[in-house]
Amino acid sequence: MSAPTDSPHDHHDEHDTEHDGVEAIHVTLKGYMTGFGLAAILTFIPFFLVMSGAFAKSGPADALILLLAGIQIVVHMIYFLHMSTKSEGGWNMLAFVFTVVLVVITLSGSIWIMYHLNDNMMPWTMQNARNEP
Amino acid sequence: MSDMSTTMTADNGASQTLDFHASGDYHAPNGTLLGFWIYLMSDCLIFACLFATFGVLGREYAGGPTAAQVLELPIVALNTTLLLFSSITYGFAVLEMRANRQGLMMMWLAITGLLGAGFIGLELTEFAHLISIGAGPQRSAFLSSFFTLVGTHGLHVTCGLIWLVTLMVQVSKKGLIPANKRRLMCLSMFWHFLDLIWVGVFSFVYLMGVLP
Repeated sequence: MSAPTDSPHDHHDEHDTEHDGVEAIHVTLKGYMTGFGLAAILTFIPFFLVMSGAFAKSGPADALILLLAGIQIVVHMIYFLHMSTKSEGGWNMLAFVFTVVLVVITLSGSIWIMYHLNDNMMPWTMQNARNEP
Repeated sequence: MSDMSTTMTADNGASQTLDFHASGDYHAPNGTLLGFWIYLMSDCLIFACLFATFGVLGREYAGGPTAAQVLELPIVALNTTLLLFSSITYGFAVLEMRANRQGLMMMWLAITGLLGAGFIGLELTEFAHLISIGAGPQRSAFLSSFFTLVGTHGLHVTCGLIWLVTLMVQVSKKGLIPANKRRLMCLSMFWHFLDLIWVGVFSFVYLMGVLP
């Protein structure tokens, strides 16, 4: 029982309050600093590009901002939240993948459907008429 | 499960081969961290709904002020910096917790709390300014969804701050006992998760919002 009890074969560790999985999470100074450095860079780039006025028009800019945000979220997951396929025997990852599926359906579905509704059902105004080609 | 099979073999007096249970299954040593993770994932779904709402309504200005007119990026940049620094200082606190250096850990927790309080202070100032210039949540669909999404995040950070102070009191009274370490790891996940949500907020709401 004195050995680290993150072994999946040890069935008695649930009664041991000393080793309740908290120590199983691997944290290092190097990991935190790497995550911080990457996050700082990935935050600085989009802020700099938008605030300096480098982007005249959305479109490609939106895609770049979203891409950088996506990368930064992964960085946070790995270095700050200590996610890996091994943590909690994979159940963390399972719950996460399920959540990502739901989030993608919610976001893309809502925006896609409402965009088309707007297109088809907005009342005809002079504003619309002026924007017609 | 293994206890049960041992009882059965003892009752029957049979050999160990009666143990037909799969023994390689993983048991979470303590379900708290996994359970807290699942809570965070459900929280993630709340934010996904609010992001979807903002995605749909974010450009419906109703003749009112546009995002580019009312959102001030320098303040957001400062806020983002505060929250990112509070993430790394919480990381330092976790490292000190591992090394069982309570004093240093409390110092880093206090710094984290101050950075978090700075974040909330700036956000409240921003909200107060918006409401004072007539760009409150009732002005347009854009502002309603903006206040709901950013406000919900701010409410989470506020709860995190209350939790942080509570834990600091608990640690100062009881020391770094295993229960407190577990709680500190839960708050660690919560705090980093809020920073992760903020990445979505500043990208999707602020940066993409002010673009023409």
